[in-house]
Amino acid sequence: MPVRLLPYWRLFLAGVHEQSTYRLAMLGGLVANATFGFLKVAMLFATVRAAGGTLRGYDIGSMSAYIWLSQGLLGSVNLNGVSDFAERIKTGDVAVDFSRPVSPQGAAVARDVGKAVAALGPRGVPSVAIGVLVVGMTMPTTAWPYLLGVPSLAVGITLSAALVYALATAGFWLIETRGVQVLYMVVSGFFAGLFVPIALFPGWLAAMASATPFPSMMMSPIDILTGRVTVARSSALLGIQVVWLAATVTAGLVLTRAGRRTLEVQGG
Amino acid sequence: MAESLAPALDQGAGMPPTRLAAYRAVLSSRIRAQRSYRANFYTDLAGSFLIGFIELAEVWILFHNVHALGGLTFRNILLVFGIADLAFSVAQMVFGHVDRMPTFLRAGTLDVFYLRPQPVLLQVITSEIGLRRLARALVGLGSLAVGLSLNQIHWSWANAVLLLVTILSATAVHSAMLVWAGGVQFFLVNGAEMTNAFVYGGRYAATQVASVWSAPLKVLFGFVFPMAVTAYVPALHLLGLPGPAWLPTWLAWWTPVFALWMWGLALFTWRQGIRHYQGGGG
Repeated sequence: MPVRLLPYWRLFLAGVHEQSTYRLAMLGGLVANATFGFLKVAMLFATVRAAGGTLRGYDIGSMSAYIWLSQGLLGSVNLNGVSDFAERIKTGDVAVDFSRPVSPQGAAVARDVGKAVAALGPRGVPSVAIGVLVVGMTMPTTAWPYLLGVPSLAVGITLSAALVYALATAGFWLIETRGVQVLYMVVSGFFAGLFVPIALFPGWLAAMASATPFPSMMMSPIDILTGRVTVARSSALLGIQVVWLAATVTAGLVLTRAGRRTLEVQGG
Repeated sequence: MAESLAPALDQGAGMPPTRLAAYRAVLSSRIRAQRSYRANFYTDLAGSFLIGFIELAEVWILFHNVHALGGLTFRNILLVFGIADLAFSVAQMVFGHVDRMPTFLRAGTLDVFYLRPQPVLLQVITSEIGLRRLARALVGLGSLAVGLSLNQIHWSWANAVLLLVTILSATAVHSAMLVWAGGVQFFLVNGAEMTNAFVYGGRYAATQVASVWSAPLKVLFGFVFPMAVTAYVPALHLLGLPGPAWLPTWLAWWTPVFALWMWGLALFTWRQGIRHYQGGGG
């Protein structure tokens, strides 16, 4: 590994360790995932049944796969917009970050991705296990969905960390960013397909969703992994994800530079 | 903050301050504090409104795909959603601050509350009032109003009283959920998500058509945490529709009893927590 990237790798590992420390929090998260999962099962299964067994390409088995994968990803895809970096701007600690020999953006994203990866084990796997063992769900039997799905998941997780970082930079100008964070939480969950899959949206609303980066965080990896879309469409979705990631990282970079110039830390 | 408290406390100069004066002073200072970051306050209001609006949209999308779910149409569910969301938002506005217990516990901020001659719970509640949540209550109120006007409801005195009692009881239930969750935090410390499953999961459950639930869900969100009996069941009663298995509509008149049960559980848990607490160090 190039020496320049080594600090980010270490920060990634630190994120993994940090997340693994809070066992009880992980258990709590799992209880929440499962409870919401069963409520989603009740409503969405009833919707598929009321539509006569299939609805916009979903049957009971594939709807179940959507529900339990989306619940399993909740610990890894940041849909609440809360970040340590926003808090560091508010308290002025960010001045310390700027004096370090690493990019604050790279450091924050590396650490968050580490935490996200660590959460896949204790939160992702049990959620999917509930889906498979208790409810029953259909997963593809060919290799393609998994070959494209794993990188898609990696890009989705990184994109969510990069977006939340870019959001936090609003703090350079606003200081208190809770309002912005709440707006983000509401819109990102809805357009990422958290409670209702985007395929069920009416056309105009689905078009609105695809104009945002949010489906690339969660809906696209799930659509690819569950084999709901063709190989060609999967590759296209992955391409769109990469474009959003590049755009978000660039935006974060520009905002950090601009924010650094306006930053005023009080006290001392 | 000390400065902003002074004028409110001075109003009673010469006379001994009444028991409520301290709470009034704290509350008015919290309200002013929220409005001091103006841009943030307005985005907060907008965000809060949007939360309610999008939750309603999520229900609407399902009904956009099928005509009826579990025996209810979209018009019918507006009534359920309206009762549940209005009650939840009002409860959040008044008791929502209890949500921050994990922070108070970890930072040791709670120790200060123990030193003052007022009940800890009252202090936690009055340490903030979430004005922004008014915006969300508007969505619930709007949904309820539209639901009441679009559905054929036989407006007898009994039904009017039932609606009022239901809204009050449902608000009491959601408030008690927050207090219960706060009490559990004394034991969990870093496990807020565990209780979120039932507080926020409860809100989600309360807006649903409970007839589609599995038996365990009916036990959990029907009775243990009385969500269905304080929104779905009374709505069925108002609409004159029959109840599903386990949730007969005569239960609609029992909502105050369920509210009492939830408050009993909440206060018991809170007391146990208060006794269990050993201080945050420092």
